[in-house]
Amino acid sequence: MDNTETLRQPHSSLTGGAGGGSSYFNPSFETMSREQIEALQLERLQKTVRHCMNNEFYRKKFAEAGITPDDIKTLADVRKLPFTTKQDLRDTYPFGMACVPLRDCVRLHSSSGTTGNPTVILHTQKDLDEWANQVARNLWMVGLRPDDVFQNSSGYGMFTGGLGFQYGAEKLGMLTVPAAAGNSLRQIKFIKDFGTTAIHAVPSYVTRLYEVMKEEGVDPRRDTKLKVLCIGAEPHSEEQRRRIEEMMGVKAYNSFGMSEMCGPGVGFECPEQNGMHFWEDYYIVEIVDPETLEPVPDGEIGELVLTTLCREAMPLLRYRTRDLTRVLGRSCPCGRNHIRLDRMRGRSDDMMVLRGVNIFPIQIEKILMQFPELASNYLITLTTDEENDNMTVEVELAQPTDDFKQLLDLEHEIRRRLKDEILLTPIVKLVAKGSLPVSEGKAVRVVDKRKVYQ
Amino acid sequence: MTIHQLSIFIENRSGTLIKVLDALKEANIQIIASTIADTADYGIYRLICSEPMRACDELKRAGVAVALSEVFVIAIDNEPGRAADAVKAFSQADIDITYMYSFLNENRGLLIFRTNDNERAQQIITANNMQIISEEALQSLV
Repeated sequence: MDNTETLRQPHSSLTGGAGGGSSYFNPSFETMSREQIEALQLERLQKTVRHCMNNEFYRKKFAEAGITPDDIKTLADVRKLPFTTKQDLRDTYPFGMACVPLRDCVRLHSSSGTTGNPTVILHTQKDLDEWANQVARNLWMVGLRPDDVFQNSSGYGMFTGGLGFQYGAEKLGMLTVPAAAGNSLRQIKFIKDFGTTAIHAVPSYVTRLYEVMKEEGVDPRRDTKLKVLCIGAEPHSEEQRRRIEEMMGVKAYNSFGMSEMCGPGVGFECPEQNGMHFWEDYYIVEIVDPETLEPVPDGEIGELVLTTLCREAMPLLRYRTRDLTRVLGRSCPCGRNHIRLDRMRGRSDDMMVLRGVNIFPIQIEKILMQFPELASNYLITLTTDEENDNMTVEVELAQPTDDFKQLLDLEHEIRRRLKDEILLTPIVKLVAKGSLPVSEGKAVRVVDKRKVYQ
Repeated sequence: MTIHQLSIFIENRSGTLIKVLDALKEANIQIIASTIADTADYGIYRLICSEPMRACDELKRAGVAVALSEVFVIAIDNEPGRAADAVKAFSQADIDITYMYSFLNENRGLLIFRTNDNERAQQIITANNMQIISEEALQSLV
């Protein structure tokens, strides 16, 4: 497959000249001029589109759109390509979007599929290598070197933050500790005993770690060798990041990833901490108006759309991430001209991300509607309390009752069944029928009062 | 012989109780006895009033979440220990009292309560010669 041939040369840290005193892990790629980046993108886009012709799903999509790989003559021609969505991944579950035979795949990651079919992402060995390279590039960018000790306090298994950072940190050459999430006392022991210098975790877990450190009389500045935190997979504000940095006494860098692209590694902050560099040798980045799907000008908020340029097993063309962000710039004092995007500002669909868990309102609704005692009006409110995100579900009672115990039992049962469904325990509030706001037209089901979106 | 009580679901935020009381005032309904049981987020406001059926309709019209329920009212002598005697009679018969409230009227105490078994509660009331108060008798208080 000739796509792979060309793709095989570039990124290896051996040929890329990583290490030494360089500020860059892949100097030749990271410091490309805009012209060089765009020339490389066009070449890779053409190959990716040709590669997609190996797959029935894409052949059909191209036919419907009336295009062939030969129509991609300039980088702007990417806009001729049809969008792909999470629904496409569900519809073709499990292997319908593979562009290589299954025997060439070595890894599969899957989403939980709580709102329908799960989604499956396949990887060849080279996909995994490229993924690890992106993560290694990021970690190098924020100053980590082979002498460092990297503790990955992120969930493993299907959650790509675990294996993604593991392989990336190992590729860079760090001593890597797959500590996984939870068991804070053991985490703190590892940090002290192993001389951990960098931690990757979701932001709320870093806060938790700090609380336990305080209880245990451990001062991260005095008692640890920490120098870098990598935080991501959970929406968080600039203010939250600053508070985490203040607590732990080290810099915390924002990471963007999504399992559809590979996992973590897609975008990462450089030491300037002024937006995340999205690696344009790996992806074409578009920001579009989620209604019209037309591009929005730089600086304006729109939906992030990504096209993979190096994926073998499952290339994705113009994938609608549903994440809202904006372009901050295409140059940077760090010397990288890869596009800088603002931290994610929300979603163009109704998905909520709470403590790293993806939740759709329909999941909540489905459970509430199983209770004959409840009316159909409900409201989900997301708030930040200290550093933790909380969900409150208010729901109207269909019938008032004279029986207190019945109300308490009902609340308890709603909470229990919601927890089974969304894996988090929300605060449940029963309210009188008619007391929730009734909006005209489309009902407002979710009010997000979290600091991150303000 | 039970009487009608209104049970109203009220959320713990300002204005909800006023909404109920204003609706009763508008409808010219008089409250005979009332009590609020509360949790952190909501309470049940229980009340005995004049014209309970009409009161219920008027409250519903005003958008109040109200249910009609049935409770017993018995009169006891106005001296120490009489409430204990009454409750003991139910307890010995293994009848649960779900909730109870009371008020003093002239020279007698009135106990309002709900049980988990109205039929057997009625038998105990009869067997113990307790003085049960009918809805008519209660209405005559206002």
